[in-house]
Amino acid sequence: MSAQILAQAAGEITRTSTGEAATFWVLAPVAVLAALGMVLARNAVHGALLLVTNFFCLAVFYLLQDAPFLGFVQIVVYTGAIMVLFLFVLMLVGVDSSDSLVETLRGQRVAAIVLGVGFAGLLVFPIGGVINNGTTAAGLTAANDGGNIQAIARLLFTDYVLAFEIVSALLIIAAVGAMILGHRERVDGKVTQREMLRRRFAEGGRVTPIPGPAVYARPEGTRLPAGLPGGGTDPGAGQGAREGCGDIEGNGDGDNGAGAHARGNPRPVGAGKGTDR
Amino acid sequence: MNPSNYLILAALLFTIGAVGVLLRRNAIVVFMCVELMLNAANLTLVTFSRINGTLDGQIMAFFVMVVAAAEVVIGLAIILTIFRTRRSASVDDVNLLKY
Amino acid sequence: MAVHPTATCQTSTFLVATCLTAASSMSISPLTTSSVTTSPMTRYAMPHEVGHEVGYAAASGVFSATWLLLVLPLAGALILLLGGRRTDRWGHLLGTAASAASFVVGLVLFFELRGRGAEDRQVAQHLFSWIPVNGFQVDAGLLFDQLSAVFVLLITGVGTLIHVYSIGYMAHDPGRRRFFAYMNLFLASMLLLVLGDNFLVLYAGWELVGLSSFLLIKFWEYKPAAATAANKAFYMNRVGDVGLALAIMLMFATVGSTNYDSVLGAAAADIIGYGTLTAIALLLLLGACGKSGQFPLQAWLPDAMEGPTPISALIHAATMVTAGVYLIARASPIFTETQAARTVVVIIGAVTIVIGCVIGCAYDDIKKVLAYSTVSQIGYMFLAVGLGPAGYALGIAHLLAHGFFKAGLFLGSGSVIHAMDDEQDMRKYGGLWRLMPVTWVTFGLGYLAIIGLPPLSGFFTKDKIIEAAFDKGGTSGYLLGLTALLGAGITAFYMTRLFLLTFHGERRWSSSGERAKHPHESPTVMTGPMALLAVGSVFAGGLFIVGGTLQDWLAPVLGESHEEGAHTLSPAVVTALTLLVAAGGFAGAYLRYQVRPVEAVARPDSEVGLVTVAARHDLYANTFNETVFMRPGQYLTRFLVWLDTVGVDGLVRGTAAGIGGLSGRLRRTQTGFVRSYALSMLGGAVLVVVAALLVRTG
Repeated sequence: MSAQILAQAAGEITRTSTGEAATFWVLAPVAVLAALGMVLARNAVHGALLLVTNFFCLAVFYLLQDAPFLGFVQIVVYTGAIMVLFLFVLMLVGVDSSDSLVETLRGQRVAAIVLGVGFAGLLVFPIGGVINNGTTAAGLTAANDGGNIQAIARLLFTDYVLAFEIVSALLIIAAVGAMILGHRERVDGKVTQREMLRRRFAEGGRVTPIPGPAVYARPEGTRLPAGLPGGGTDPGAGQGAREGCGDIEGNGDGDNGAGAHARGNPRPVGAGKGTDR
Repeated sequence: MNPSNYLILAALLFTIGAVGVLLRRNAIVVFMCVELMLNAANLTLVTFSRINGTLDGQIMAFFVMVVAAAEVVIGLAIILTIFRTRRSASVDDVNLLKY
Repeated sequence: MAVHPTATCQTSTFLVATCLTAASSMSISPLTTSSVTTSPMTRYAMPHEVGHEVGYAAASGVFSATWLLLVLPLAGALILLLGGRRTDRWGHLLGTAASAASFVVGLVLFFELRGRGAEDRQVAQHLFSWIPVNGFQVDAGLLFDQLSAVFVLLITGVGTLIHVYSIGYMAHDPGRRRFFAYMNLFLASMLLLVLGDNFLVLYAGWELVGLSSFLLIKFWEYKPAAATAANKAFYMNRVGDVGLALAIMLMFATVGSTNYDSVLGAAAADIIGYGTLTAIALLLLLGACGKSGQFPLQAWLPDAMEGPTPISALIHAATMVTAGVYLIARASPIFTETQAARTVVVIIGAVTIVIGCVIGCAYDDIKKVLAYSTVSQIGYMFLAVGLGPAGYALGIAHLLAHGFFKAGLFLGSGSVIHAMDDEQDMRKYGGLWRLMPVTWVTFGLGYLAIIGLPPLSGFFTKDKIIEAAFDKGGTSGYLLGLTALLGAGITAFYMTRLFLLTFHGERRWSSSGERAKHPHESPTVMTGPMALLAVGSVFAGGLFIVGGTLQDWLAPVLGESHEEGAHTLSPAVVTALTLLVAAGGFAGAYLRYQVRPVEAVARPDSEVGLVTVAARHDLYANTFNETVFMRPGQYLTRFLVWLDTVGVDGLVRGTAAGIGGLSGRLRRTQTGFVRSYALSMLGGAVLVVVAALLVRTG
């Protein structure tokens, strides 16, 4: 008897707690602003990050509304997995391009905004009317009795088990579908290491990696190009360093590449010419 | 505060997402707007779950999330495939199927 | 015990039919209520019951072979048409044999009929149930009575002679086999026409002779004139046929049957109202006018002379064109009852006599003159049958006699045309009597018969008709008699003209030079039939008229002719007048064309009289038809075509084009831009929300 009264008292909510209200009024503008920002951001990465913000807010709202399971799933799956996936794709497609916001379809922007405002008005004002009438919420205290996750699991594996199975099949199909879509048929044969090497040497130019600046360090070595083992400097190395300094001092043997070449700078061995010039 | 305020918020978020779909040309951004709309719907589901005092709304939201995950996978794969062939992620460039 | 279902069904059907016919009869004539028990009522209230038992003797013995009359020529036609070129060599012999066999059967049946008592002389043979519909029972049956017997003999007899003649006439024609096939088809159709025991069978034969006539007129279809003439004949016949068809429908609607005995019995018993009866009679008359080339439908007959001459002789002189007379004679009980219709018949007959005679004087084409002569002679027959019971038999007698002498005349003209290398202009003939003695003699006998020289057949028959016309009494009798008398005079004039221009006078052709002619007598196969027909021309009239042989023979069918002896003018006076007038016509022609020289080329229209010009133009009948019927028809057709093209097609095409254009515009909304589609989706969502809110808030 008393438990029932208690449950009823706890269940019938016409006004939420002050803490929830405060959280809502703080986070709701954030969510709306984040959503607007995502729509308006020229850079897609910014948009994705704003969306993450929005999703976080939503996760908090879920938590506030006695849905801890969904709140954490929102953070883990949506904010974590899905949005990371978005970011991956954004990186693949190219991050440095920022979208043009100039509208190309005539009347699209005006129509979209008018319709959007109308739609929002049509949805918001009736709900506002409902709020003014003072609706009551049943609350989930009774339903969540024994734990939200346990209650959801009970429903999921009893009443919704068929839908659950179907959705699992859907996920597998989606995974396979993504693999098929992402798969690229190899038109020519696989390039072997030998072929890659041959190509590298046939092109000529430097075969070895460019050495870091001032390998053979002298004072203020970072400003000097690296000396080669046989003396002289590598013309390709230490560009940044050379640009950084105004003059190269004490570069007695700092001859040009011609000298280095003359001293038997190893030419591409695979070229088959094998001649020095 | 009345719990129905969540519904108003959800309606606003949904509309913002819808307008974003209409205005943005970058396919990925359009896709993100769709995700925003889905989440707005989820918020209403969770709120209604609370108002009704049953967990069915939360179950629905859960399914929406799963389906959204599957959809994102496929959708992004399609966007990538299109990008590979057309070097563009703009939805306006994919307009060959017309009169 | 179970009643047999079919039996009940038939009984109920019969009851319904009886009630229907009885009801219809009562609505038409209230008089019948008092005469329910009399025999005519019962006869016609049960249309498909009485036919053969009450009215006519059933065909038995020799008469069970009546159908052979039809089937023999029909089989000939089928064999020749289906056999194709294989039958080319002997086709004409087969055709002639079929016709001759039919004639022999006809003769046998005729003598068998003569051997019977006067009451048994109407023999009906039921062939099969033709249209067995609930309230509409038509049996295909044949009726061999006195009237059909004489027609059968005329058709098969003259037909056989002309078949024989055609063997010679068509000897060099590549289509001879086809010609004989059509001739046989015509014989079968014509026999069906005269042998049918109800109006519907008659109608079938009527249409079939129209078809045969069409096929034979356009036999030389590569000649545009022949093709046009065939079409013209067909169309003008249609006008008459519609009348006949309407008459038959009216009969069925009124009497509930088309059988001769039912319809004619009802007519004789005064069961049909006078108005209905007159309507039926006038519609029948329209049909008769179409088939017989009577005013106002006479224009097709002269043009039909484009066909081969034997056809002109057989179909367009001797037999088919007299079908109208047969129809009126067959329906004589109807015409007897309605004075109004008979008045129309005599007027048409009298007008046609004059028209035919006047135009006959003007033409130089030998066949056209004979054709208009035919028109005028059939006018005499119409005049006769229009006089009522006094004249039916006289009309038939003139018909039979005319069949002989006109066929002979046409065959003779064919012989002349043949000899003159297909020249038909009489002004290019002359002096042929010495070269073609047999043709001259036979043609001459036919000529003397038609102008009414005693004691040849034309004298007896025509004289009697003129006498009967005077006997009609009153002003109308005098008018008709004088018209007939005038016709006789003009007939003598133009026939004498024709005869003199062709056989006498100087030769207006040369046997040398570019257009050399070498006239010669025709072979025996052609002259033989001509001779036989000439014999008929001489004796037929006397045989029929003297002693009233034919009148007595036909009396059971056509009714007794009332010879009260109350003559307006005594027969002797009429005969003397007729002879006098004919002699005047002869004299006029003799003076004009024998004593004075004849121009080889007719004088142009500007130098001849007004009447001659009009006559040369068929009294403007063709002009009238063209102006009144053809041109408006053409304009109507053009208007309808225009309406169809612009209106109907325009509507259809316009609708299609409009929808196509609209689709083209709508198609433009399919821009391929996903965002546009999404915009419309959002619009739809807004509408759905609006609708939902409206429903919620009411």
